Amino acid sequence: MLILVANPLTLVGVVLVATVVLAALLADLIAPFPDHRGAVVDFVNFNKPPSVAYIMGTDVVGRDLFSRILYAYRISLLMAVVVLAIAVPIGVALGLVAGYLGGRWEYGLMRLTDIFLAIPPLVLALSILGVMKPTLLNGMIAVTAMWWPWYTRLVYNITRGEKAEGYVLAAEVTGASRFHIMFREILPNCIPALVTKMTLDAGFVILIASSLSFLGLGVQAPTPDLGSMVAEGARYLPDQWWLSVFPGLAILVAVFGFNLVGDGMRDILGGDR
Amino acid sequence: MPPLMRQILSRVGISLLVLWGASMLIFVIARVIPGDPARVALGPNATAEQVEALSQALHLDRPILIQYGFWLRDLVQGDLGRSLYTNRPVTQDIAEFLPATLELVFVAALLMVALGMPLGILAARYRGRWPDHLIRVLSLLTVSAPAFVWAVVLMLLFAYFLPIFPIAGRLSEEFAIPRVTGFLTIDSLLAGDLAAFADALHHIILPAVALSLSGIGQAARLTRANMIETYDKPYIEMAQAYGFPESRISRTYAFRPSLIPSLTIIGLDIAALLGNAFLVEAVFGWPGLSRYGVQVILRKDLNAIVGTVLVIAAMFLIVNIIVDILTVLLNPKIRHAEKRG
Repeated sequence: MLILVANPLTLVGVVLVATVVLAALLADLIAPFPDHRGAVVDFVNFNKPPSVAYIMGTDVVGRDLFSRILYAYRISLLMAVVVLAIAVPIGVALGLVAGYLGGRWEYGLMRLTDIFLAIPPLVLALSILGVMKPTLLNGMIAVTAMWWPWYTRLVYNITRGEKAEGYVLAAEVTGASRFHIMFREILPNCIPALVTKMTLDAGFVILIASSLSFLGLGVQAPTPDLGSMVAEGARYLPDQWWLSVFPGLAILVAVFGFNLVGDGMRDILGGDR
Repeated sequence: MPPLMRQILSRVGISLLVLWGASMLIFVIARVIPGDPARVALGPNATAEQVEALSQALHLDRPILIQYGFWLRDLVQGDLGRSLYTNRPVTQDIAEFLPATLELVFVAALLMVALGMPLGILAARYRGRWPDHLIRVLSLLTVSAPAFVWAVVLMLLFAYFLPIFPIAGRLSEEFAIPRVTGFLTIDSLLAGDLAAFADALHHIILPAVALSLSGIGQAARLTRANMIETYDKPYIEMAQAYGFPESRISRTYAFRPSLIPSLTIIGLDIAALLGNAFLVEAVFGWPGLSRYGVQVILRKDLNAIVGTVLVIAAMFLIVNIIVDILTVLLNPKIRHAEKRG
């Protein structure tokens, strides 16, 4: 709690993240028009600018934008959780192996990481999605495939530093297994950097996922997704500006929140850039 | 061979190996496509014979390793195959669309370095005071939204509400410039048409700013972080004790050593602009490689997908090699270690 008092920006971040998470979880209760997340048509109220009844306006078929954004947050957060839950363990395990075992393992794994990092992240995800059907699951696979190498690299760098430390030598002398040394001795020392990176990355996964969906390679209509909502709304600029501006701001709020929290954590825990 | 040269050559060699690995990765991704690519390309109305013929022409009936062998042989000869979408050689398509993207990325990279680094220097010099807080919050904001959101916001503000900039395209219709390099700013100068040059510049500013905004924030944050680390060094304290002016300390003693660690990451961020150009081109109707890339991805056009991704990966590596060389040139430690070793 001391942390929050020390840095008001971190507190702002915590509030933003909490708001986004609560909005997604309680969408059914908060949304004024819960059924508008689906293929509902209300031609009487289409293209309404923001008003008291529709605080963010309505889209071209009369659906409440605010309700749709709340449900879209569910997809974004689910994406962040699933991608990190798969990419982090894979990346961390490979990084530990490459850094601790060294030799052939190090050479092979780090070259493989280089290859993945040689393709711009968005382009790699795009080419994977290009050959698969654009569904939520495939989107998750594509983003996961581009994400793990960063964790391999991070953990690899820490492990190489820790390898020479006394506690690792001590464990080796007592005859601890390689598995024990990697996962019980070295891994705990990677945790602070990992927690910082994961917090920042939760925001960046949301950002990349929205980019894929913006290009038409995300969740398909009528399911609301922030990226595809901006893409759809951009076609009606400048007259129906709210269609693209509010979903865009929704992305900004979520990612900004995670960035503020991650920044605060880095100040306390340390970690990579 | 001088050691510097040797280091540069080995870096290029490693990059070529990585590119070769990347080509294999992309190739594998493109061939695990569910369903028959020939059938997908020709559509549901094609006859079985047509599908069979295309399948054979693309060597799809052979094992994947043989397919890769064929593809690599063609690649060495500068042939990336034929696009099933435009029905032209992929190399020709790429040559047509790549310059527009590179021009955009180049201007964005310039903005990123020219604005991001000075902002970082400013924040570090006034650390803990209001310019620092302001720059920190603003730069964190810019990295918190994808480029397409900035594109929409900037377009709305500066092309519609305040019609300062054109809404879309690379050049107004009244100008016609002979194509030499494909970079309109360069071609217009080559043609001696200053009005067209001004017009091309006018068109590129808004998309380039949208593309670079996150990068500017990123560069500012990074420069600030690395400079603050340098500010803690004893020699800065000594310089301050000598009473050197703050501006000189900031410029000479704090900025230069922190430039090297910043440079590597900024290089990566510049290279990432190539991917983000996909998002900005879509909003501004910029006729570049990214728009082509999205089209061929949506049409499952294998040769074109592999070719486009490979070219982008190659550009990405070239940027990184340039940054590596700069790092070596700037770093006295590496220079002198080389001489001794």
